[in-house]
Amino acid sequence: MANTTTAHTHDDHDHKPHGLKRWLFATNHKDIGTMYLVFACVLFFLGGAMALVIRAELFQPGLQFVDPGFFNSMTTMHALLMIFGAVMPAWTGLANWMVPMQIGAPDMALPRLNNFSFWLLPFAFTLLLLTLFVPGGAPAGGWTLYPPLSLQAGDSFPLTIFAIHLMGISSILGAINVVVTIMNMRAPGMGLLNMPLFCWTWLITAYLLIAVMPVLAGAVTMLLTDHFFGTSFFTASGGGDPVMFQHIFWFFGHPEVYILILPAFGVVSEIIPTFSRKPLFGYESMVYASASIAFLSFIVWAHHMFTVGMPLAGQLFFMLSTMLIAVPTGVKVFNWCATMWKGSISFETPMLFSLAFLFLFTIGGLSGLMLAIVPADFQYHDSYFVVAHFHYVLVPGAVFAIMAGVYYWLPKWSGRMYNEKIGKLHFWLSTIGVNVLFFPQHFLGLAGMPRRIPDYSTQFADWNMVSSVGAFIFGFSQLLFVYVVWNAVRSGEKAPQRPWESARGLDWELPTPAPYHSWETPPSRDVVAHGTVQH
Amino acid sequence: MSRQIRHVLSSAAAALVAALAPLAAHAEWGNLNMPVGVTELSKQIYSLHMTIFWWCVAIGVFVFGWMIWSLVAFRKSKGAVADTSITHSTKAEIVWTLIPVVILVIMAIPAARTLIAIEDTRNTELSIKVTGYQWKWHYDYLGEDVKFFSALERTSDETRQLQSGLDPNAVPEYLRDVDKPLVVPEDTKVRLLLTAQDVIHAWWVPQFGMKKDAIPGVVNELWFKVDAGKTGIYRGQCAELCGRDHGFMPIVVKVVTKEEYKAWVAAQQTDGANEAAPAVNAAPTVASIATAAPQG
Repeated sequence: MANTTTAHTHDDHDHKPHGLKRWLFATNHKDIGTMYLVFACVLFFLGGAMALVIRAELFQPGLQFVDPGFFNSMTTMHALLMIFGAVMPAWTGLANWMVPMQIGAPDMALPRLNNFSFWLLPFAFTLLLLTLFVPGGAPAGGWTLYPPLSLQAGDSFPLTIFAIHLMGISSILGAINVVVTIMNMRAPGMGLLNMPLFCWTWLITAYLLIAVMPVLAGAVTMLLTDHFFGTSFFTASGGGDPVMFQHIFWFFGHPEVYILILPAFGVVSEIIPTFSRKPLFGYESMVYASASIAFLSFIVWAHHMFTVGMPLAGQLFFMLSTMLIAVPTGVKVFNWCATMWKGSISFETPMLFSLAFLFLFTIGGLSGLMLAIVPADFQYHDSYFVVAHFHYVLVPGAVFAIMAGVYYWLPKWSGRMYNEKIGKLHFWLSTIGVNVLFFPQHFLGLAGMPRRIPDYSTQFADWNMVSSVGAFIFGFSQLLFVYVVWNAVRSGEKAPQRPWESARGLDWELPTPAPYHSWETPPSRDVVAHGTVQH
Repeated sequence: MSRQIRHVLSSAAAALVAALAPLAAHAEWGNLNMPVGVTELSKQIYSLHMTIFWWCVAIGVFVFGWMIWSLVAFRKSKGAVADTSITHSTKAEIVWTLIPVVILVIMAIPAARTLIAIEDTRNTELSIKVTGYQWKWHYDYLGEDVKFFSALERTSDETRQLQSGLDPNAVPEYLRDVDKPLVVPEDTKVRLLLTAQDVIHAWWVPQFGMKKDAIPGVVNELWFKVDAGKTGIYRGQCAELCGRDHGFMPIVVKVVTKEEYKAWVAAQQTDGANEAAPAVNAAPTVASIATAAPQG
């Protein structure tokens, strides 16, 4: 232990370029990870601002602020920004930081590719955001880009498609980097089944990305040729089929859902044991459950489109396969519960966010089970019930897990502690805000309010108003998050080598702050054994 | 610092209460659940919805109970000491894999039965072709020579314009009324043949329990049979994003007795009111809609 500590303080002397060059030409996994996280944070606020435009317009019946066309652009852009700009880059940022540290590697396997995959993103999103200013406005056909509606877009159309291609390339390259790093750069003694769950879930996520991002690229390319080059893949009058797009899109789209949530399972599986002071319950079954979820994600896609008119056998198949997902997901939730059972639990901010994840993701999972029941889905489909469902799994699911991860590892990254009081305030405001925001949307959907409408009949007024109030509470309390992180990095108290006393994993065996190159010499087998999660 | 935050929070809360107070006057807070509906299928769907809901509540009580119990009983601040020997239990893991499987099978059986009933479009007594347009519906009573457009009614349309200055609360059935509703008889198996002219729309009346997409180039089927004695007006709206005015294409169905329906059809055929209302929008020819190939 002591040996590695001294060895690594030496490494910190190594020269890193200064100023702009350090970031433009970055090949260091920590610098690139930081850029990913900062980028995700910026896009989270941009996407959040769009959400607040939506909720401001929906505060009361009647159109007060925006034109219905612009409203549709807001819902479309909000989704694209949050999914591809905020959550996915945040996960890639966390993978960049944590994977080498956790498997005992000095850096990612392909550092220049890493630089390229990050720097594609600012260009992709500049293109996408520019569509707000082109004739015809930003894309307004929903992030699902269903034709024929998406083909009615104005000049934004080719820009959007090109931006999606760039995002896809960036994700694929990032995923390849994670796979190559994990497969080739684990320290001696670090078997696959010794890896922390964050590495495991990211490894599975990376395979999902490599499998499905090309499918999305293919689908949007077919849209592009339908629009400009006279093909009719999806145009009925030319012999094509608009429903085929939905099949192809959701063959990408459902694994995409797990791309957003699997790394969250990993983060929570690290934090709950640490603050329960007990090893993760059922480590291997957690790995197998993640892999089964990933497999099932390829055979459930049509549950997003039960109302398109499928044959009875198709509907039954997709209902049953979707219900099956509840089984491995249940195993995960039960294992987390069993991890806390007979533990010694304390409630620091990372743990609070993980607990909120556990409760609120479960609510989202249960409403997902309801949505799987096809006859009932004929009522739920495209209503606010669906909006409530996927926001419960994505906001207190994926986003809370990202924040939990940042609070958890920030002391190791920066060498400084965050302010626990403000962290807790951020947690409580976020948790209250998110529930006031999304819980009433279940009621709205069941009462018959469709999603993606800029105005509604007066019977929906009350719960919409509550939901909008929640949105503003949640949205503005995120400024606290930026403040806490900024404050910690600038002037936080010095963090000890092991800020959380029962944290396990090679990441915690490194000195604090983690050296610029994580493990320049691989950790000895003793350190690996001490650092493994089962220890 | 914390006192300041407390002050800000309490004044925010006070402002919130003040803002919400007038709501009590026209509250529809009770609008929490799916309507039971007025058709045989809608009632089955409602009962499936409630069954799966109560299963979810039961699972929730168990899981949240377990979590809360752990969080209360095993607090470090109360001196709890971790039992680090608990790392896995194959027995427990098999149990909590199998129990969900059993619950899912119990749920899947009635769901499949209802689904089969939903897909059974035999013996329909009345067929109506429904075509979605940006942004109105077209209804064509097959074999009756009755067809017309149905679009958002005028007062709502004026009120819903951006910054119209008009009060939506003053409009009866704001955004939920049309110039000419669909009229169907009670106690009759009505089959809708759904298609669209431009982009994808979806036809949804919650009281009938069903929605289905109207897709260009595809003919989808949906049937409903409104219970005898449930005459009245039922409302819904387009449920698939279809462009700028997606939020402004409501559906109104007027369910009448069989006699009233016959009289209504006769009146439609004689007074030539067909297609009269939206004459401004040149109606596309029936032939162009009929070219839409049936799916399958």
